[in-house]
Amino acid sequence: MPGYHSPMGNSPLEVKVISKRFGLPNSSSLDVFVQHDGYQALKKALAVKPEDVINEVKNSGLRGRGGAGFNTGMKWSFVPKQSAKPKYVVCNADESEPGTCKDRPLMEYDPHQLIEGIVIAGYAIQSHQGFIYVRGEYRYLLDIVDKALAEAYAAGFLGKNIQGSGFDFDLCTHTGAGAYECGEETALLNSLEGLRGYPRIKPPFPAVVGLYGGPTVVNNVETLSNVPHILLNGADWYSKLGSPKNGGTRLFCLSGHIARPGVYELPMGFPLRRIIEEVGGGVLGGKKLKAVIPGGSSCPVLTADEIDVNMDYDSVAKAGSMLGSGGVVVLDEDTCMVKLAGRIMRFYAHESCGWCIPCREGTSWLKHLFDRFHGGAALANDPDTALDVSMNILGKTLCPLGDAAAMPTISILKKFRHEFEEHIKLGYCPYEKTVVMSEK
Amino acid sequence: MKEQTHKSPFVILDMPPKQENLHVPGPYTRSPSLSPRANPAAEPVTLTINGKEVKVPPGTLVIEAAKQAGIEIPSYCYYPGLTLQGACRMCLVAIEKMPKLQTACTTVVASGMVVHTETEEVKNARKAMLEFLLTNHPLDCPVCDKGGECELQDAVFRYGAAETRFMESKLHHEEKQFSNLVYYDWPRCILCYRCVRVCDEGLDVNAYGIGFRGAHSEIIPNQGEKLECEECGMCIDICPVGALTSGTYRYKTRPWELTYTGTICNHCGDGCKTTLAIRNNVIIRANNRDHSGSNGEFLCVKGRFGWDFVNHDQRLTAPLIRKNGRQETSTWEEALPMVVERLTAVIKEHGPSSVAVIGSNRTTNEENYLLGRFARTVLGTNNLDHHRTADFSSLVGALTAADADGRYATIEDIAVASSILVVGNDPTHQHPFIAYQIRQAVRSHDAHLYLLNSQEIKLQRQAKQVVTVAAGGEAESIRALAGKSSTVSDDLGTLQENLRKESGTIIIFGDEIRGSDVTTLVQWGLTLPGQTRFVALGDYANSRGAADMGLLPDVLPGYGSLADSTACAQIESAWGAKIPAVSGRNIRSILQGVESGEIKALLVFGSNPVKTFSLPKEHLGKLAFLMVAELFPTETSEAADVVLPATSFAEKSGTVTNTCGQVQVLKKTMRKAGTRSDLEILLALARLMGHPWSYRTADDVLREIIAHVPGYAIALPNLLVGRAVQTQPAGTPPALASTDLVFSSKDSLFTSGTVSRYSWALNSVDEAKKPHGHIF
Amino acid sequence: MLSDSLLKKFDQLIARYPLKRSAMVPLLLYAQDEVGHVSEEVIAEVARRVEVRPIEVVEVIGYYSMLHRHPVGKYNVQVCTNISCMLRGADEVFEHCCKKLGIKNKQTTPDGLFSLEEVECLGACCGAPAMQINYDFYENLTPEKFDALIEELKKKEPRSKM
Ligand SMILES: Cc1cc2nc3c(=O)[nH]c(=O)nc-3n(C[C@H](O)[C@H](O)[C@H](O)COP(=O)(O)O)c2cc1C
Ligand code: SF4
Ligand code: FES
Repeated sequence: MPGYHSPMGNSPLEVKVISKRFGLPNSSSLDVFVQHDGYQALKKALAVKPEDVINEVKNSGLRGRGGAGFNTGMKWSFVPKQSAKPKYVVCNADESEPGTCKDRPLMEYDPHQLIEGIVIAGYAIQSHQGFIYVRGEYRYLLDIVDKALAEAYAAGFLGKNIQGSGFDFDLCTHTGAGAYECGEETALLNSLEGLRGYPRIKPPFPAVVGLYGGPTVVNNVETLSNVPHILLNGADWYSKLGSPKNGGTRLFCLSGHIARPGVYELPMGFPLRRIIEEVGGGVLGGKKLKAVIPGGSSCPVLTADEIDVNMDYDSVAKAGSMLGSGGVVVLDEDTCMVKLAGRIMRFYAHESCGWCIPCREGTSWLKHLFDRFHGGAALANDPDTALDVSMNILGKTLCPLGDAAAMPTISILKKFRHEFEEHIKLGYCPYEKTVVMSEK
Repeated sequence: MKEQTHKSPFVILDMPPKQENLHVPGPYTRSPSLSPRANPAAEPVTLTINGKEVKVPPGTLVIEAAKQAGIEIPSYCYYPGLTLQGACRMCLVAIEKMPKLQTACTTVVASGMVVHTETEEVKNARKAMLEFLLTNHPLDCPVCDKGGECELQDAVFRYGAAETRFMESKLHHEEKQFSNLVYYDWPRCILCYRCVRVCDEGLDVNAYGIGFRGAHSEIIPNQGEKLECEECGMCIDICPVGALTSGTYRYKTRPWELTYTGTICNHCGDGCKTTLAIRNNVIIRANNRDHSGSNGEFLCVKGRFGWDFVNHDQRLTAPLIRKNGRQETSTWEEALPMVVERLTAVIKEHGPSSVAVIGSNRTTNEENYLLGRFARTVLGTNNLDHHRTADFSSLVGALTAADADGRYATIEDIAVASSILVVGNDPTHQHPFIAYQIRQAVRSHDAHLYLLNSQEIKLQRQAKQVVTVAAGGEAESIRALAGKSSTVSDDLGTLQENLRKESGTIIIFGDEIRGSDVTTLVQWGLTLPGQTRFVALGDYANSRGAADMGLLPDVLPGYGSLADSTACAQIESAWGAKIPAVSGRNIRSILQGVESGEIKALLVFGSNPVKTFSLPKEHLGKLAFLMVAELFPTETSEAADVVLPATSFAEKSGTVTNTCGQVQVLKKTMRKAGTRSDLEILLALARLMGHPWSYRTADDVLREIIAHVPGYAIALPNLLVGRAVQTQPAGTPPALASTDLVFSSKDSLFTSGTVSRYSWALNSVDEAKKPHGHIF
Repeated sequence: MLSDSLLKKFDQLIARYPLKRSAMVPLLLYAQDEVGHVSEEVIAEVARRVEVRPIEVVEVIGYYSMLHRHPVGKYNVQVCTNISCMLRGADEVFEHCCKKLGIKNKQTTPDGLFSLEEVECLGACCGAPAMQINYDFYENLTPEKFDALIEELKKKEPRSKM
């Protein structure tokens, strides 16, 4: 049977806020949701001024869970109050960052929580229409979310005059069709307009000129799922859950060489070492840790010595990496870092939209270079060339996909240069102990 | 030979409407996007580029500001006038207080901004972009069609990245033939999207798209493997590299082996500048290589490919003389005296009024001026006319009568207009560059376009309001707008209201408005707010010049009336001869005279009345003498007693006047053995008839025109540096005798009178040959 | 050509958006589900309905990896080999799939039943290695699990019992 159960973890260390209804029987239904304080936050929000909602979210220290970690309330406050064109709320459910699978359970187990968050966002910026952009591969989630939307409409949480407040809001799902780049917010907007998912030039930012040219807030599923809890329990409560300027909890997706993979909700700032050792049960098969990707494939890797870091945006940044999308990928001692670098680059070359030169040509170049490298045909200056090419991509592309490709690569090339040199010396991969003629 | 009827415009009913203008800054190839616009009226902004202080209008892009300071920032995807892309990243510059390098092509200047374009970081970034571009690009410049004029090659030459670190195998796709005229070589394409944009934004054809993604991205044509479009070839010329190449030029030569002459296209009345490239006395290609003239890189299919008639092997290269009922090849030495002899005999026997002259819409101003002088003073007749494709004369008369100065819009004015009304005509077909300018105005200046037309035309897609009237109803509508008719529809009422809210409208009208309707239009137009300006749309390269130079039975050069003795005296003093006082026959009357036998001798220069006026060929048999000067055999020339092989636009010098009344220089590009220009022919005939004129070159004639033709007092230096110099005709010409004297040839994008019949390129893409009809 | 229910769905989808063109990707995807691939007819129909030129539809199809213009197998086996899955043996699983189905990446079995494709991250990292057959997820894959699954699917097919 197909497994329509987003892989969840379970740990006593978890602090369940947005995942608190996960596991309840029929958790995606309106009834269950309403029984567990569903749509209370919306009612509360509709009773106050939109600015107050924005301020509450701003003060909660909620930061975007899509990757960049921008203060959500701040983002909302950039939306002009008066606008000739309609304003929109777009929920980014394109979840495609390798190592990340947290938006999936949020939509599968608690779609109403997300809907409630979106309507509140809509009220806060005085928008009247929203879209949930779901990646095409998550077809089954569309059915779940669509069903929830229908329920919400029927119960008066969507549509005209929501709960008698005079506020109208329409919401529907939209499906992508296989493109990582469509997770980038401006590419997402183009995609939503029926165009190729190319990123847009910024500024102007979507908050000012977004979907159909109107001011638009783009937020991740997890970000928006947090919003009802902030409204319900207060900014203060929320911010105290996490670390300074990093409010709340976050879903960490533990994958790779880890004993207990799964999605865990932990407070912001939870130490990485404890995530691996206590929450995830340590490295799979009791092997030694080699490195960790702390926030999805776009983040620089941390070596085994660098994992004493608190998992919030600022601390991980200080440690030279990024909290990203919460995808913690654990790598054991037998992982070939050359192969890893190659696989990561293959992903970015495949997903580069091809719009701008450095990303289009650079990722394709590096992909071939790493394939050749891991295949045993490395040349002495290849590591330098690869580093240089990565540096030439970094910071020069139109959208951050180029950076996303360059940053992990640079970190691997710098931190694991010895592995590259070993490949050169041996002429084959020391981990696979054989010449790998990769043909991918 | 093909029929040259004007087919209905592209089937626009099948064409999806332009969806809402989303005004989202690029990259955004599929809907018009807002590019920041400089506002020249506002207080300038001061910034520093490489230590130089630069003052530019707010809204200017850094790349343009640098250009103004003489600092070049390399770029591929940036193309002035097209939407911004930020794709090639060649234009990265350092801006103080900004953490990363910024693209100069998308960054708008700010007061106090400090920009550096030559730091180590910037130079390295540039080199890096070139290195990236070359990874999958073939390094075979010596055999690339673009070698020598490739922007990528040039940049590598300038900015380095000569040695390659790319050790992987290059991606490859085979070259594709998109159409007879366009080839696409994927590996050379750098994906700057210029072709896609110019086709979409400039031409509103949208024939290109982008296929696949990432390193496999490619440019795709609209019909699977094939391109179905207006075949303007803009994509070829705008392509910075050898990715898109021309079916008529590719692999024929190297660009440095060619001799280039900047001249004027000879097809329609828009007068685009073009550069003819010659090798071994044969035209190899035409493009506006130096981007001079207001058309910049623009040329339509006729301008870019339709010059090949010049090389056609059916060109007349020796005079033909009818002997024993057959036209036989002869010599100039035999033909010219024969013309003189026969003409003299007819005049002697039947008087000068039995002779008539029909002029051309393509010959130069100088030739037209001389033809008038020849008819009036050598032959002694005012039986002189040409196929009038627009009523320029009435426009001049109406504006002069209204005492309105500065009311002739130039072709440049159109692109920056804020409001445009097009009455009749289909500029996409009949005036491709004016259509391009109109789209530019709408795209870049939010101009409001109003259309009043009895047919559906493609420009509707850019229009703010379209008023559709019954066939032939344009003139009636104008009368209604002017309050001279009671048939005001709601649509017209709205149009009137809309136009009254504008702050200055350019009114562009076709042959549908003529005679007194032109006067009505002008009088009504002048009541609109702001400075209303006018353009009459006439066909062919020099319709306007033919009228300006007085190839009319009752109008003198510069629109003086034959009945006006002061005007006559002025021209007579220039010519040192009397002009016959009685007004001559107009072209319809000439042709009737041919039929009735009153006209005994007819001289036709570059015109085909048999075809244009559906004149039965037998009628020509009634003439005692028919002379035709032509490039090719035509229905008219076949009946001639003497056919003189004339030179084409490429083989002579002179000036032509575009439909807006702007004079430009035509330059001699090559020689064609056996042919003579109409100017040479006229000088010779005049001399043989006892009028040894003192002109030696076209320049001498031009000086006389400048000195004596009202409205043509233009500054010669402006002309010589390649500008399109505006004339200011004024005069009191007599009213149009009959409306059927003015009618457009209704040429399509792919036809251009006689010459297009002899163009391989135009015939190869002619609409009629297209399997599906046009769908864009 | 397209079923009435699908066309009805088209209308509903188009009505969702302020701009018809926005419905393009969903329409293409649902049409592909029904037809098996994005055929020329589908392109023309979608272009007509969302009011764009056919080339704009072709552009969009080329961009998205889930849209294909040529038929694939009835069961499209999409194995993720991205990092989380790779670390859990996805390469070996994929190799096994090739062997089991007798085809390589992006190929279809001669009976038209199965296609195989190596895909990027499916969002099932915590259940790695993972794959999708059409839209169904299968996680914590092993060669044995895969074989069992394929056999089961084959059994469902009357024509290919062998
Ligand atoms: C290449 C790329 C891919 C991205 N993919 C996603 C994604 O799949 N999901 C997501 O929520 N954000 C993604 N983002 C981040 C979004 O651009 C954007 O920051 C986010 O949707 C904002 O929401 P937030 O503020 O709630 O995080 C991606 C960014 C880039 C550059
Ligand atoms: S074909 Fe030429 S103009 Fe078009 S994208 Fe490629 S390089 Fe640019
Ligand atoms: S010219 Fe600026 S990015 Fe291409």
